[in-house]
Amino acid sequence: MGIREGSAAVEVRELTKRFGDFTAVDRVSFTVGKGEIFGFLGANGAGKTTTIRMLCGLLAPSGGEGSVAGYDIIGEYGKIKGRIGYMSQKFSLYNDLTVGENIEFYGGIYGLTPGEIRDRSGELFAIIGLEELKGKLTASLPMGWKQRLALCAGLIHDPAIIFLDEPTSGVDPLSRRNFWKLIYRLSDMGKTVFVTTHYMDEAEYCHRLSIMKGGRILEMDSPHALKGKYGAQNMQEVFLASLKEGS
Amino acid sequence: MCNSRGEVVLEARNFSRSYGEVKAVREVSFSVLRGEIFGLIGPDGGGKTTLLRSLVSLLSIEKGELFFEGRSVAREPELVRRRIGYMPQRFSLYQDLTVEENLRFFGDLFDVDRKEAEGRIEELYGFSGLKPFSRRRAGALSGGMKQKLALSCMLVHSPRVIVLDEPTFGVDPVSRSEFWQILFRLREGGTTILVSTAYMDEAGLCDRVGLMYGGRILASDAPELLNSRFPRDLYGIRTGQPHLVLDALEESRLCGDCHLFGEGVHLTLEENRSPGEVEACLRERNLGWTFFGPVKPGIEDLFLLLMKGEGHGD
Ligand SMILES: Nc1ncnc2c1ncn2[C@@H]1O[C@H](COP(=O)(O)OP(=O)(O)OP(=O)(O)O)[C@@H](O)[C@H]1O
Ligand SMILES: [Mg+2]
Repeated sequence: MGIREGSAAVEVRELTKRFGDFTAVDRVSFTVGKGEIFGFLGANGAGKTTTIRMLCGLLAPSGGEGSVAGYDIIGEYGKIKGRIGYMSQKFSLYNDLTVGENIEFYGGIYGLTPGEIRDRSGELFAIIGLEELKGKLTASLPMGWKQRLALCAGLIHDPAIIFLDEPTSGVDPLSRRNFWKLIYRLSDMGKTVFVTTHYMDEAEYCHRLSIMKGGRILEMDSPHALKGKYGAQNMQEVFLASLKEGS
Repeated sequence: MCNSRGEVVLEARNFSRSYGEVKAVREVSFSVLRGEIFGLIGPDGGGKTTLLRSLVSLLSIEKGELFFEGRSVAREPELVRRRIGYMPQRFSLYQDLTVEENLRFFGDLFDVDRKEAEGRIEELYGFSGLKPFSRRRAGALSGGMKQKLALSCMLVHSPRVIVLDEPTFGVDPVSRSEFWQILFRLREGGTTILVSTAYMDEAGLCDRVGLMYGGRILASDAPELLNSRFPRDLYGIRTGQPHLVLDALEESRLCGDCHLFGEGVHLTLEENRSPGEVEACLRERNLGWTFFGPVKPGIEDLFLLLMKGEGHGD
């Protein structure tokens, strides 16, 4: 299922989340275009995960509005669910299931028939490179492979937009790079990728990114433009400088 | 600072540990000297946690030997547990206690004088930035904030030897550098620190490091010395289109290795190939660059190379 004709992949205006009297996400506004790789960077506790959870329909906003895939995040959640994939900060896989069983499980959640799951997972395993591991117990996989399996689970229903919350934390340098090749591949296929990371080299690979702190978006632009603005050599410098300015 | 003839505080000799058929640690030998920061650098699943848990006597020892200040960890687990401050990877904070309550609780647990603990807690707030959230339940903190609280809890008391398992996992770049400032201060005070991390850039902050992958320590030395072990000429390209450049080079077969590195790629040349051929290949495809030339290898370059040698790379 795709994005509604003429709509952006994600669009939010003044989106806000309060927990009691604490404002975790404070009137943020942004638009993410179809096929874009959008990096969602920020300090710890900035509100990244909270924002993603609102966009994925897991948390009700306290204010503002937003649409995902062209549908309203409050009123039309039923239409959004099948159009997005979500890989959470702690990937939720079943360790005591095999790779293949995990995928069947997630396919089932999204209401796919066994036939659809078979076709779709065959395709995904080929792209992601999990074919030979199908019968393996998930618990026995190295971290880099678990991460790919989690991505695979998030893609089983062929969503138009995928939300990845720190997908590469703790993963080895080679798997990290291979994972980004996959992200590029998804983007080439027209999928929109919304990704958070604390690795600043990965920030360079995003088409556009935002930097958040204390619930507010401090910066939003392409890596190239941001480096220009701060006269910085790399995104690490941009990140440090912008957070300093924003405090 | 690192003293090459310093006293050995922690040591592993030919240590191995398996879980069933999975060999988590394979014949590892290394030692940590008094007053140094020793970093175990490598990804999750590389064996770091098993090694650290064994060193602090939380896992039975299968093969080889482990020592703390010259005494066998297997024979004197009590001593080890009393004398080493250990922060596990999945530290269990009390989710229902507030930030401040957690800090006080761990102060009491380790018999830190209340007054002293208060001062220490203030100091730790300086690094963690958690003061405004002192009355929030730990369960409601963000991923990185939990990690900072866990670390702070362990640092409320001041053991002479500390073992930290991925303390900066998921911690943002600004807080990571502040956290390292704390480790430096502890080292100045004479604390011996064994720390594991998956962030390759933290290797440069340690006195000595071991690169751990597939259960082995693939190389171990001072970080600047390790870097110079990179056996070939390394080139860097800076470009606005790193992925396209990478694809072009992988197809061209001009490179021995070729990897994305932030705003560009790092590569080594195939034998009998010249930098000129790389430039020609990029020009042919209309790919621009702002820099192309030799660069100094870093730990991540070395790690990628060693991984390949292990045959575990995918
Ligand atoms: N259920 C909750 N109750 C109270 N506060 C909460 C709750 N959930 C999140 N928060 C607070 O909201 C803020 C934003 O948290 P969030 O998890 O979105 O941050 P983040 O940007 O994802 O950080 P990290 O990089 O550490 O993962 C934090 O201060 C957090 O403590
Ligand atoms: Mg988060």
